Amino acid sequence: MAPVLIIFYVLAAITLASAFLTIYSRNPIHSAIYLVICMVSIMGHYLLFNAQFLALVQLIVYAGAIMVLFLFTIMLMNLNKEDEVHKPRITRLGAITVLVLLSTVLLLLFRHSKPFFGDYAPIEGDFQSIKKLGTVLLDNKDGFMVPFEFTSVLLLVAMIGAVLLSKKEKQTK
Amino acid sequence: MDNILNQIGIENYIFLSILLFCIGVFGVLYRRNAIIVFMSIEIMLNAVNLLFVAFSTYHQDPKGQVFVFFSMTVAAAEVAVGLAILVSVFRNIGSVDISNLKNLKG
Repeated sequence: MAPVLIIFYVLAAITLASAFLTIYSRNPIHSAIYLVICMVSIMGHYLLFNAQFLALVQLIVYAGAIMVLFLFTIMLMNLNKEDEVHKPRITRLGAITVLVLLSTVLLLLFRHSKPFFGDYAPIEGDFQSIKKLGTVLLDNKDGFMVPFEFTSVLLLVAMIGAVLLSKKEKQTK
Repeated sequence: MDNILNQIGIENYIFLSILLFCIGVFGVLYRRNAIIVFMSIEIMLNAVNLLFVAFSTYHQDPKGQVFVFFSMTVAAAEVAVGLAILVSVFRNIGSVDISNLKNLKG
């Protein structure tokens, strides 16, 4: 077995196990920690693809920023105790049934999803270094300049919205 | 140029993404804590992103990775606004249990 394949299987096992433990563990703080492990293992997959830029962004945005946001909210709400009441049994059974059925159907659906055009010939040269991605993203002719600028507007709106939503309302009466 | 998908195969990545996505769906349906529901949504988004990068490598096209970049931005914005809403809900109701949020129930 190729060493790359072994690395892939180990990474995939870590990803799936930590994703499952995120959902399964009762304490929200433990869930957040498992989610960090999940994100970092997905970063490992990106590194396996040699997608350096996305690996860095995954680490910074997901494992860094979003996780800090989650942990901050959990600690703000004082939720770090395991007092969650379970859903009624019928709902839990339904959730497990959905899990089994959905994964079975999707796996069977994509089992024979061989690529249409057979083996492809690898192109020489890089197509996903940071330099190349920056060229594709911000190219003048057919780049993604306008979506990029609108992304900044989206982040600004999200920031203003978050501040407005979590601001304490003044009692006017 | 040695390509990783010749050794691993695109099917393995499709299966991994499917399983990860199903785990996310399961989390949304199984848990009552709204924060864990948000985490499950993040897991689903990550599954889709992983498949995007896999096919971007498969076709050797950087546009798939640009799309993942935008999708990460949207996910960050979504989490920020969603957690702000949760904080506001917690301040008004006193818990983030989604079975308590039934004011709109007819």
